[in-house]
Amino acid sequence: MNHRFRRYGPPILLLAPSLILMAVFVYGLIGANFSTSITDNHSAATATGVEPTSTVWFENYTRLLGSEDFQHSLINLFLYTVVFLLGTLAIGFVWAWLLDKPIKGEGFFRSIYLFPMAVSFIASGVVWRWLLNSNQGENASGLNRLFQMIGLDFLQNNWWNNVTFGILAITIPAIWQLSGYVMALFLAGFRGIPDELREAGRMDGASEWQVYRHVLFPQLTPIMLSALIIIGHMSLKSFDLIMSISKPANYQTKVPAVDMYLAKASFDYADAAAIGTILLVLVAIVVVPYLIKTNRQEK
Amino acid sequence: MRVNTRFAAAAAGAAVLALGLTACGGDDSSDTSSGDGGSSGDSAGEVEVFTWWAAGSEKAGLDALVGVFNEQHPDTEFINGAVAGGAGSAAKDLLQSRLQTNDPPDTFQAHAGAELQDYISAGQIEDVSDLYDEFGLTEAFPADLVDRLTVDGKIYSIPSNIHRANVVWANPTVLEDAGLDPAATYDSMDDWFTALDAVEESGVTALSVATTWTQVNLLETVLLADLGAEGYNGLWDGSTDWEGAEVTGALEDFEKLMGYTNTDRDGLDWPDATQQVIDGQAGFNVMGDWAEAAFAEAGKSSPADYTYFPVPGTDGVFDFLADSFTLPVGAPHPDGAKNWLETVGSAEGQAAFNKAKGSIPANTDADTSDFSEYQKTAIESFGQDTIVSSLAHGAAVPVATLNDISDATSKFTTGASDLAGYQSELAAAVNG
Repeated sequence: MNHRFRRYGPPILLLAPSLILMAVFVYGLIGANFSTSITDNHSAATATGVEPTSTVWFENYTRLLGSEDFQHSLINLFLYTVVFLLGTLAIGFVWAWLLDKPIKGEGFFRSIYLFPMAVSFIASGVVWRWLLNSNQGENASGLNRLFQMIGLDFLQNNWWNNVTFGILAITIPAIWQLSGYVMALFLAGFRGIPDELREAGRMDGASEWQVYRHVLFPQLTPIMLSALIIIGHMSLKSFDLIMSISKPANYQTKVPAVDMYLAKASFDYADAAAIGTILLVLVAIVVVPYLIKTNRQEK
Repeated sequence: MRVNTRFAAAAAGAAVLALGLTACGGDDSSDTSSGDGGSSGDSAGEVEVFTWWAAGSEKAGLDALVGVFNEQHPDTEFINGAVAGGAGSAAKDLLQSRLQTNDPPDTFQAHAGAELQDYISAGQIEDVSDLYDEFGLTEAFPADLVDRLTVDGKIYSIPSNIHRANVVWANPTVLEDAGLDPAATYDSMDDWFTALDAVEESGVTALSVATTWTQVNLLETVLLADLGAEGYNGLWDGSTDWEGAEVTGALEDFEKLMGYTNTDRDGLDWPDATQQVIDGQAGFNVMGDWAEAAFAEAGKSSPADYTYFPVPGTDGVFDFLADSFTLPVGAPHPDGAKNWLETVGSAEGQAAFNKAKGSIPANTDADTSDFSEYQKTAIESFGQDTIVSSLAHGAAVPVATLNDISDATSKFTTGASDLAGYQSELAAAVNG
């Protein structure tokens, strides 16, 4: 017993505070959130206990998922995530590839590409709201005005005010901000590949393209997966950028996180909690397979 | 190197010393304040006033009100709990969590009317009817107004100021360029459409509008114009049918009006839309009378630089909204809050506050002789017009209903729903 305690006691004691905090503030609150989401706690009166609440199980979920407006939010989120992911991965990868070649001023370009990430979404959102002004013709400003000045008038559009694809305009600043980060990930990946492998490939007569295609790219798969997970879960949670470019009530840019905010603001705690749970499940669908995979690899 | 180390040590020492001194200073001041006041345990010793009046004319108004408060109640210390941001939404968010955790401020600002309903049904605010008698306010406030604050025979807040939401602001230069008489007023929506067509043809935005809530503000004035005051009130008590032909007609007018507006509206807030009228980029703008302050700040004077009139078809109706103060259940300093409410309701407090804020006093005893020209006309209208409750500003419906109406409106104005769909969504929002 004593021996056992000596062996396991100190680590457990050391871990205990963080385990307890995690249990309460992460898993405990997820549980509390879920238990709110299966009640009919839809008003201020039920929230304070003046009026009773009852358990309605999955009624909130079925109503939300069945409503056209929430489906619109989910579709927006899906479009946003796909374009945000493809955009950051493509641009980040190309930048990393370019910088991987020995060029002058690499450090300079690396910083330039990485800088946008240092700006908060709220701050860049304010600027992009001006850039993405939807006025066209005489009243145009921002990017639409720029298009006019360089003679590309036909490119003018109403940006995020398009009902169906407006949300994609918001991916432009998102991609601009996060591509540098993905580049840094890929660049680290490129640098992690020993030179010997490239040399061996070249010795075997591989062309430059073949070296990339068959030697380097396959080794970047884990990096690619990390980037996918990081950008993917950021995208699912995205709220601040959308809030600062558009406004919460604007139908064209609604995503579940915005719906959750609005539900909470009108004392509809049950719906807000249900949307929170739906978001958690969506993030889990993205993250859990990755965790399982890395776990296996480590073993 | 050695010098550097020594210097660093000296600097660090100085910093520690400075910290120590400030700490002592802090101790001293708190000692004296609790010492001479001797009232920190007394519930009239202080009052935390929670508002979203943190900038501009609103802050000026609050400062003026605090000036009167300090004269009337020198023993109660005013603590400013103003929260900036999002036209009050940041403050409401914070207030919601504070009330939820039983940590209410001593008094908080809320729109008078249906917006209070959530707090009332949650048992979070007290009935202040007694205070009306105690302060002699029942006579001083117009009966029409007090009726709108009364729920089941109880009054839950004391209004500080009144605004009007159905006002059109116009730029006379733009109207003249469009061949219109800037002094003209319009009897009906149809007359107004003719004028809007003329402005549009002259190449500027005919009617400027901003994000969703300003569109809801526009919607309510159109409903008011087409249904009349009685029909409009009926929308909220169930006697007017939301699915009826009259509402369809009003929504058609609303759709037509939205056709005259600027395309970048959803990214703007009300000051941007009003600015377009100030700058001559737009002919007309429908906004509550707080827009008056924006014109004044821009150094404009009426009628040379801007004109105003009730939204066509709503002459003789005052679409009202009011800010008011409450007494939360479990407020830590209820007596301090009562002192504050007394000042808020008093003629002197209302005169000082409203003169600075640009609104009109709810208390009819307030001295308004030195108020601005617009304010005087608004006071006159308020005295003789039919009063109806504003939808966009929480007087007519509770928050949840308003949010549903805003969602439906945004969906409609971005083109995601047609008029029939919009009408049935509005009906569903109000009827639950």
